Amino acid sequence: MQITIKLNGKQVTADVAPDMNLLNFVRSQGCYSVKCGCETSNCGLCTLWMDGKPVLSCSILAARADGHEIVTMEGCQEEAAEFGAFLADQGAEQCGFCSPGFIMNVLALFREYEDPTEEEIKEYLAGNLCRCSGYEGQLRAIRAYMAYKKGGESK
Amino acid sequence: MKYVNQPVRKKDAMSLVTGKPVYTDDLAPKDCLVVKVLRSPYAHAIIEEIQTDIAKKLPGIACVLTYEDVPQKRFTMAGQTYPEPSPYDRLILDKRVRFVGDAVAIVAGEDEKAVEKAMKVIKVKYQVLEPVLDFRTAKDNPILVHPEENWKALCPVGADNKRNLCACGLEEHGDVDKVIAESDVVVENTYHTKAVQQTMMETFRTYTTMDTYGRLNVISSTQVPFHVRRILSNALDIPKSKIRVVKPRIGGGFGAKQTVVAEVYPAIVTLKTGRPAKIIYTREESLTASTPRHEMEVKVRIGATKDGHIRGIEVKTLSNTGAYGEHGPTTVGLSGHKSIPLYSKAEAFRFQYDVVYTNRMSAGAYRGYGATQGIFAVESAINELAVKLGMDPVALREMNLTREGDVMHGYYGETAGSCHLDRCLERTADMIGWKEKYPRRVMPDGKIRSVGIAMAMQGSGISNVDTGAVSIKINDDGFYSLSIGASDMGTGCDTILAQMAADCLDCSVDEIIVHGVDTDISPYDSGSYASSTTYVTGMATVKACQTLVDKMKAYGAEKLGCDAKDVEFDGEKVYCLKDEKRSISRKDLGNEAMCAAHNALYATEAFSSPISPPPFMAGAVEIEVDPETGSVEVLDYAAVVDCGTVVNPNLAKVQVEGGLVQGIGMALFEEITYDEKGYVAENSLMQYKIPTRLDMGRLRVEFDSSYEQTGPFGAKSIGEIVINTPAPAIAHAVYNATGLRFTELPITPEKVAMGLIKE
Repeated sequence: MQITIKLNGKQVTADVAPDMNLLNFVRSQGCYSVKCGCETSNCGLCTLWMDGKPVLSCSILAARADGHEIVTMEGCQEEAAEFGAFLADQGAEQCGFCSPGFIMNVLALFREYEDPTEEEIKEYLAGNLCRCSGYEGQLRAIRAYMAYKKGGESK
Repeated sequence: MKYVNQPVRKKDAMSLVTGKPVYTDDLAPKDCLVVKVLRSPYAHAIIEEIQTDIAKKLPGIACVLTYEDVPQKRFTMAGQTYPEPSPYDRLILDKRVRFVGDAVAIVAGEDEKAVEKAMKVIKVKYQVLEPVLDFRTAKDNPILVHPEENWKALCPVGADNKRNLCACGLEEHGDVDKVIAESDVVVENTYHTKAVQQTMMETFRTYTTMDTYGRLNVISSTQVPFHVRRILSNALDIPKSKIRVVKPRIGGGFGAKQTVVAEVYPAIVTLKTGRPAKIIYTREESLTASTPRHEMEVKVRIGATKDGHIRGIEVKTLSNTGAYGEHGPTTVGLSGHKSIPLYSKAEAFRFQYDVVYTNRMSAGAYRGYGATQGIFAVESAINELAVKLGMDPVALREMNLTREGDVMHGYYGETAGSCHLDRCLERTADMIGWKEKYPRRVMPDGKIRSVGIAMAMQGSGISNVDTGAVSIKINDDGFYSLSIGASDMGTGCDTILAQMAADCLDCSVDEIIVHGVDTDISPYDSGSYASSTTYVTGMATVKACQTLVDKMKAYGAEKLGCDAKDVEFDGEKVYCLKDEKRSISRKDLGNEAMCAAHNALYATEAFSSPISPPPFMAGAVEIEVDPETGSVEVLDYAAVVDCGTVVNPNLAKVQVEGGLVQGIGMALFEEITYDEKGYVAENSLMQYKIPTRLDMGRLRVEFDSSYEQTGPFGAKSIGEIVINTPAPAIAHAVYNATGLRFTELPITPEKVAMGLIKE
């Protein structure tokens, strides 16, 4: 079946199998930042934005994205690098395999909450698994990023 | 030291955080054949007949391979130095299948759908055999997991396939029976740790191609590229010279990728078809047909005087290697070697072990590598001893722990040349508030808060085995290339080795480029495992840089027309000591070495160590137990680590935090359970629960660094030790809260709640 998606700002029309998921579709379009960690909607690695909201692309059919706007990390490189630098400065990206999904959700968090509490941060990101970092360094990065955004601390 | 001990950002960090295509599946050619493995539904069976004709004829199918199509020479998938201690007990495909999930056929096709369709039409007739599932009954069981005649053990590890024995052994010092019999107080208990999964976020994956020279190229998510080359050569029965292995960025390993789990499948497909092929393990395959931690049952006996002096320690370990022997003979060793020497003042010890085959998923290497299991047992027993003696468990440890200069009889007789274990323990107890919080406090809502504590050690590489070689050269305009054979698996060795090199060469870390592993190009390295990279490859880096500096000085002296002993190198230039105005810059040296030069400004050095200096640490936890539901919540975890000099404080800290959370998972949630037919219940991340960020409380990590004279800049290791304290510390805290003694992991709410009801 044919679908048309606005992918990272560009109209993309493609023929897809009815059972193809959005994860495999965006990877087939060269968006390799989107990773698969579990196939069962548990890990958060495949997070991307659909109409501005973070979704798990392994659990959405490509067909359902027809007519919608999809953004992967390829489409928000500057924002990703801005926050990513804080993660890098904690050494908390480690293997990096979960970083794109995690960062897409962090950026979504800051679109929803101007000044999230620690509890709100942890709740919002609870679905993003990471096996390397133990999460504490990710939290330090988020705090440092928030301080920087408030202008309290220069990078 | 300008860079060592500084929180330098990882060289690959910005690529990773901006999602660049740097991992195996991102790089694989788009026309790769998709490879999948048809797996056994039985724990133990013989394939009587396998029909593949229909599958082979389906559109889009390139090849279907069965046991009739593979070389008949047995090999091991364990990534270890040759001759491997793990027995040669595998074929790529075997007529006998030995666990639910064992490989039956390999199918390759143009896309996933075609391959899945073909797998459905392969008809296999099995002769179903009774399996050996309980490791306690495996030894000398009439049912043999490996009855085959061509099974072989290359090393004298006490293996005997006719007894289901993968290894056995005994070590002792002094007369432990006599010492324990004379002791005023004796504790004796049996501890059971189950298999748990490394659960790296990137599952096993490899792609293979044939190159211009007709050689097999293997691009794999692996910790052990050089071992992959040898293992594939053994498995495929082709010369090692025909194989090249490249490691791209890898999405975590934790030991899982120290076993060649997936590489053989696309490799044989590419050999047979000449076409690029790739295999991407599903999470289900990664949880059911992989290489988890060895299940162990550890019996501990400790004798002490009534005033708390530990006199003798006995450890007896039974380890379950599952269907194949990968890492079986070696992991078990650490259950004694890394637990008994925490208390080196004991007069006597005995360490005895059996490693048995069963019809379960084959076990392998997982961070901690047997130490985790042994330390859970011994540290739990020490906490029991404290109760029996009526002593504070911290005071008991202070009295008995290994201190700098002590000879550790249980650790090959090595001396603890660098050891701040005493200071780690003291500081950890302070951080958690031991004096105020031990053992428990009942909160106004009825919940109970309690604390628990444990210590740990590990090694730094495998003594007299692990080898790291490093090459460094100066290029035009004076920048350096550092080539290493150690695999950066996200932990940052590309960066920390560059930090060391920058300090040795007195330059900026940005002036050193690092080349990851390519077995055609990189100097040899055993690989990234056994906590070896910082210590072993780090020392090779220091040596290689020293040699390069000597070469640059000699070259500079020649150019300056003075004697080599009369010049110095300050990082920027080689200058004449007698006349400092006479100098040649690093930039000019690099450029001149590329024009009419007779000497290459290139140095390669290797390092191997006769000792494996242990890092030490202490960890303490505060938990809250809800006696109504049995739930155990981790509130706070304090850890102080002595890893020698901390090369990169950020990366080391995150290593500790990550290891602690894996340890918390093992203590509280993670479990692999089998039904009576040998099926694994936890086959997705819905059932196999690793900690989320809501499950780990607060982590507080500090370092108390001793200085290891034999290590690079005084460094030891950090990667593995960090997983060892949570299980015993949490079990201790649960005891302090509830009086329930858990000797089996994980400590689930059900077990706590049912235990409290029984009480």
